Amino acid sequence: MALKETLTLADPDGFYQELIESQRDMSEDEQQLMNAKLVLILANEVGDRAKISAAIALAARRPMGQSFMPLV
Amino acid sequence: MLKTYDAPVYDYVCSQEQKNGQVKRHPVVVIGAGPVGLTAALDFAQQGIEVVVLDDNNTVSVGSRAVCYAKRALEIWDRLGCGERMVAKGVGWKLGKVFFKDKLAYQFDLLGEDGHKMPAMINLQQYYLEDYLVDQSKLDDQIEVRWKHKLIAIEQHDDYAMLTVQTPDGVFQMEADWVIGCDGANSDLRSMIGAEFTGHFFMDRFLIADIIMKADFPPERWFWFDPPFHRNQSALLHRQPDNVWRLDFQLGWDCDPEEEKREDNIIARVKAMLGEDVDFELEWASVYQFACRRIDQFRHGRVIFAGDSAHQVSPFGARGANTGIQDIDNLGWKVRLVLDGVASERLIDSYHEERSFAADDNLLNSTRSTDFITPKSKGSRFYRDAVLELAEMTDFAKPLVNSGRLSKPTPYVHSSLNSVDEDAFDGDMAPGTNCADSPIALAGLDGWLLNQLGKGFVLLVFGDKPMDKISMAGLEVRVLCVDQDLQDVQGLVRQRYDGKDGTTYLIRPDQHVAARWRNFDRTKIEAAVKRAIGGI
Ligand SMILES: Cc1cc2nc3c(=O)[nH]c(=O)nc-3n(C[C@H](O)[C@H](O)[C@H](O)COP(=O)(O)OP(=O)(O)OC[C@H]3O[C@@H](n4cnc5c(N)ncnc54)[C@H](O)[C@@H]3O)c2cc1C
Repeated sequence: MALKETLTLADPDGFYQELIESQRDMSEDEQQLMNAKLVLILANEVGDRAKISAAIALAARRPMGQSFMPLV
Repeated sequence: MLKTYDAPVYDYVCSQEQKNGQVKRHPVVVIGAGPVGLTAALDFAQQGIEVVVLDDNNTVSVGSRAVCYAKRALEIWDRLGCGERMVAKGVGWKLGKVFFKDKLAYQFDLLGEDGHKMPAMINLQQYYLEDYLVDQSKLDDQIEVRWKHKLIAIEQHDDYAMLTVQTPDGVFQMEADWVIGCDGANSDLRSMIGAEFTGHFFMDRFLIADIIMKADFPPERWFWFDPPFHRNQSALLHRQPDNVWRLDFQLGWDCDPEEEKREDNIIARVKAMLGEDVDFELEWASVYQFACRRIDQFRHGRVIFAGDSAHQVSPFGARGANTGIQDIDNLGWKVRLVLDGVASERLIDSYHEERSFAADDNLLNSTRSTDFITPKSKGSRFYRDAVLELAEMTDFAKPLVNSGRLSKPTPYVHSSLNSVDEDAFDGDMAPGTNCADSPIALAGLDGWLLNQLGKGFVLLVFGDKPMDKISMAGLEVRVLCVDQDLQDVQGLVRQRYDGKDGTTYLIRPDQHVAARWRNFDRTKIEAAVKRAIGGI
């Protein structure tokens, strides 16, 4: 199941700001709990189980990129 | 003392009016000879206004501060006669790379499109910029820059302001129809007026260091989040002329700024970044806390604020000087029309309307970048790191990476000076937008469209030339006809302006579109000109 490669959101900076702002006054635990809820809500919106599995796998993956240190 | 640059010392001259003790009225007095005040002097002089600039110092910016200048600011300086010199000295660059830890997360290319005279971005030390602006101001005898003149008091009257100025020879007074406050983020003038300057400071500090180093890294902007050489913080490397490199190190809020400023500590940080054996000399360094703040009103009576005195942004989008220069672009012609009695003071008020709108856009972008670079909570830090890790694996996360959204002009889309489109157009040149440049030919010689605009109002017409000019209410609006007055050699003017035959653009003196139509209708044009000078 392929996930979308390109960004589908208009105004990505505005989206990111809203996300961060929504947690500004929360404790760390509250933030984590909110994130968990957000994942569940969005998973329900996506609905497609295969897509959700692909998203879980991508999110769990460790970055494997080529180490690229231009300096030193 | 810098090693690569000898700062000029400008002579203090006691003015005739101070010697005589006779209070003189000036049309425009600019407070502050930073990049914005000096640009103001050039613009007012180009408008044919005599202008006096007062500066409490007698040299250029100590240390480099601003580095990156964007296309629109360069276009404005080109209109004022010194853009080419800046571009010739500056380092042009297009590519930005963003690293997360030891990996490349994302890269961007500023390269917009070809067919513009000015490049997307250059790097140039702020002292060169100011130096060139001072040189340019010497070419125009309508400009008088008075060094070692400190504004110490102001008194506002209905139609002028009285300034009290201190010089090495004592204190004297001068009057001005209009006072332009370009005295920087800590503006004395702003405090004298009692204007509010609100926003917020970021609880973080940055070490900014310029080093001299012969290295063949490409002229790219390299930005690191959490690199191995500077854990948990960000860092930046950028090339300037004369083998000078700008380094930024985020320090966090808990650091001791005095300790960080010590040369041995700075050298240790640079060596951690560039390697033990790297051969470099420290040119200049300073520790900053950044803020995003704005003045309540850009105009207070006879005083008009521009540049950092009106708005202060964090430097991650290189928006400070760039946007200050655009303030002046917006202001010069308006002051001229009001001084000439052609327009009412409503036109000056449109300066606040248009430039506070742009300032808010800049503040929003700078705040967002700073929030990404300096996450305020652990949760926000996790989102930041999540974006950066995902950006290595999938394209969708890349546009979310925010190491600074680089300065772009803010179109005045809602300005009361615009006439709303009645016809359909393709392309970007909607009313309120700054005109796109294009290559042209004039009498067989290669040239640029923007160099033909900017002196008074212009009607840019495609197809047949209906007349040479329109004269109305003290104004002369020149008609510039594509094909007849200039050749659209690459077809880019037509393309960028969606220029079917008959298409007519009304262009303001600051090279912004005021109105456009599919045909040349004198009644509509006159109404739009009136509107564009604040006549509604
Ligand atoms: C580290 C750093 C990096 C930056 N990078 C960039 C960048 O890449 N691109 C960019 O566009 N911007 C950048 N900026 C911002 C840029 O430096 C400022 O926006 C710019 O200097 C503002 O110009 P100005 O003329 O408004 O004010 P200033 O440069 O502050 O000039 C104000 C002038 O007023 C004079 N003055 C003050 N008080 C009085 C008085 N009472 N009487 C008479 N004269 C007075 C001062 O001596 C000074 O000459 C950066 C800033 C910093 C600190």
